[in-house]
Amino acid sequence: MTSEVVAAASVPVPGRARRVREIATELQGLRGSLIPILHAVQEELEYVDQADIPVVADVLNIAVAEVHGVVTFYKDFRRAPAGRTTVAICQAEACRSVGAADLAEHAQRSIGCKFGETTDDGRITLDEVFCFGNCALGPAVQVGEKLHGRVTRARLDALLGEAR
Amino acid sequence: MKVYVPRDSAARSVGADEVAERIAAVGGEVEVVRNGSRGMLWLEPLVEVETAEGRVGYGPVAPEDVDGLVAAGMLESAVRDIGAYLGLVDELPWMKRQQRLTFARVGVTDPLSVEDYTSYGGLRGLRQALTWTPAEIVETVVDSGLRGRGGAGFPTGIKWRTVLGAESDVKFVCCNADEGDSGTFADRMLIEGDPFTLIEGMTIAAFAVGASEGYVYLRSEYPDAVATLRAAIDIARSQGWLGDNVLGSGFAFDLQVRVGAGAYICGEETSMLESLEGKRGQVRAKPPIPALEGLFGRPTVVNNVLSLATVPVIVAEGAEAYAAYGTGRSLGTSVFQLGGNVARGGIVETAFGITLGELVNDFGGGTSSGRPVRAVQVGGPLGAYLPVEQFDLPMDYEAFAAAGAMVGHGGIVVFDETVDMAAMARFAFEFCAAESCGKCTPCRVGAVRGVETIDRIVAGEDRRKNLVLLDDLCELMTDGSLFAMGGLTPMPVQSAVRHFRKDFGA
Repeated sequence: MTSEVVAAASVPVPGRARRVREIATELQGLRGSLIPILHAVQEELEYVDQADIPVVADVLNIAVAEVHGVVTFYKDFRRAPAGRTTVAICQAEACRSVGAADLAEHAQRSIGCKFGETTDDGRITLDEVFCFGNCALGPAVQVGEKLHGRVTRARLDALLGEAR
Repeated sequence: MKVYVPRDSAARSVGADEVAERIAAVGGEVEVVRNGSRGMLWLEPLVEVETAEGRVGYGPVAPEDVDGLVAAGMLESAVRDIGAYLGLVDELPWMKRQQRLTFARVGVTDPLSVEDYTSYGGLRGLRQALTWTPAEIVETVVDSGLRGRGGAGFPTGIKWRTVLGAESDVKFVCCNADEGDSGTFADRMLIEGDPFTLIEGMTIAAFAVGASEGYVYLRSEYPDAVATLRAAIDIARSQGWLGDNVLGSGFAFDLQVRVGAGAYICGEETSMLESLEGKRGQVRAKPPIPALEGLFGRPTVVNNVLSLATVPVIVAEGAEAYAAYGTGRSLGTSVFQLGGNVARGGIVETAFGITLGELVNDFGGGTSSGRPVRAVQVGGPLGAYLPVEQFDLPMDYEAFAAAGAMVGHGGIVVFDETVDMAAMARFAFEFCAAESCGKCTPCRVGAVRGVETIDRIVAGEDRRKNLVLLDDLCELMTDGSLFAMGGLTPMPVQSAVRHFRKDFGA
């Protein structure tokens, strides 16, 4: 669970609210539709903006606070656009047993940002993940959509180089 | 000429796609089949070539090895004088020593081939079940001794009996595929390697309890599994295995995949139900139990992937055949997963009762670093750390509980002698602090205090007093938390202190 200060109202992107409303309207017939809607918004519009929350709440006829609570509970929902490439390093026990903590330090140093942050040039977002289910071939790192196993420092540097 | 190159995400993480592309580029008579993984993950990418004698394996095969293997004649006959040559895959000792029931087809078939599925025994369970009464199915599952493979070990059939007996306008079957425990990957491999089995198991469960809708709650960290299962559901629907008239029986059942959103706590059944309802994944107090008031307050079967995927073989072969495996009250087979610092990591499905040492040493071959094994963690991040002195423990729910440990979802993570157990105990608290749903105080606050206390112990500050305090904190978290997150975090912590005390400077 993460708590956070609510960001100041962001500048509305033209057309975004309309698109969010369309997505929410299209999916609202599903049982428990809120999380599928938020996934769909993020997939198409990169992140869940603070301004999207009242729109979704309105379509589902639930409180803004309820949507806000869900958005902030789940790590997957980004509150700001991610960098061009997302690099996620597994930090769970199995990967730690083969050096994932060391790999994380190396990554944070060489990329120049911490877990949960994006580089100033918007190139890379660095995330930590607890388990990709690749526990026999760790350390596991996901670059963009692609999962990599047995990632050494050198291999990570090569992958980061490709992400430039 | 069929050549098999796995599509499993573990295999893909070490280059299986590139290997498959290079083999396909050879052209001619070569047909590349993207199967699931056999579970011998240290050999991935494992390439299998169909021959008159059986499937001949080569592994690990790097993309740049492909041209050499083809030039040596891999596609014509077995090439024995090459390093990657393994022999007939079915005859390998690792495979031969296993008893694969739940994983019988994983790695063997094309996961999305209807023809493969039915020709390797698929749908036998469902066809059989549809000729029985719901109560007959439930009692068969009870008699088989099947217990929840997600970790809690509750008898699956008893749960079903409760749902069957409940009156409601609608009932649900929910599959918990939020496999968040580090060191566990069997759910993922089953879904990627044999998704129709899960669909079949859920359909049998639905028929047995009178449910009409099913949900698979699948974690977002498993995108390949999501894609494979969604494709499989579409195929199953088009084949009439799902829908208004399952296999022409008149029974109606359909299911959907719901993707999680990165919360470990949602692997707990009531949190998962909250999440499926579109809410924050906070645990519910029990009672009421989900079997009576589950999803949207309706009677709901909540089972793990492996529990549901084992049901078809139980119905097809009979409860007695299944219960003939195992020991004591841990009947049948379990799908153990070897991970971490292990030489031969992967899937070992075998009867309960095999010892921890046999799994880690005989199957696993010790560590991948070549250093001695120092500790293993069994059952995920909330499971105990065990020293090699306990390697004679049989894999059995009760034997593990008696030793202050748990079998959990069957994941075994190996650590070599360089591991710092105080750091691992601290990590257990850190993880709990990060992933706690925040509903109850012992878990939410206790985890933070735990990190601080371990830091003081490691720094040598009032060490003896703080070790007593740590024990007290663990006792409070165990007894006072609503659910296993806070209630079981003390297990890795206290087992680390108990067995590896010198790492805590005491």
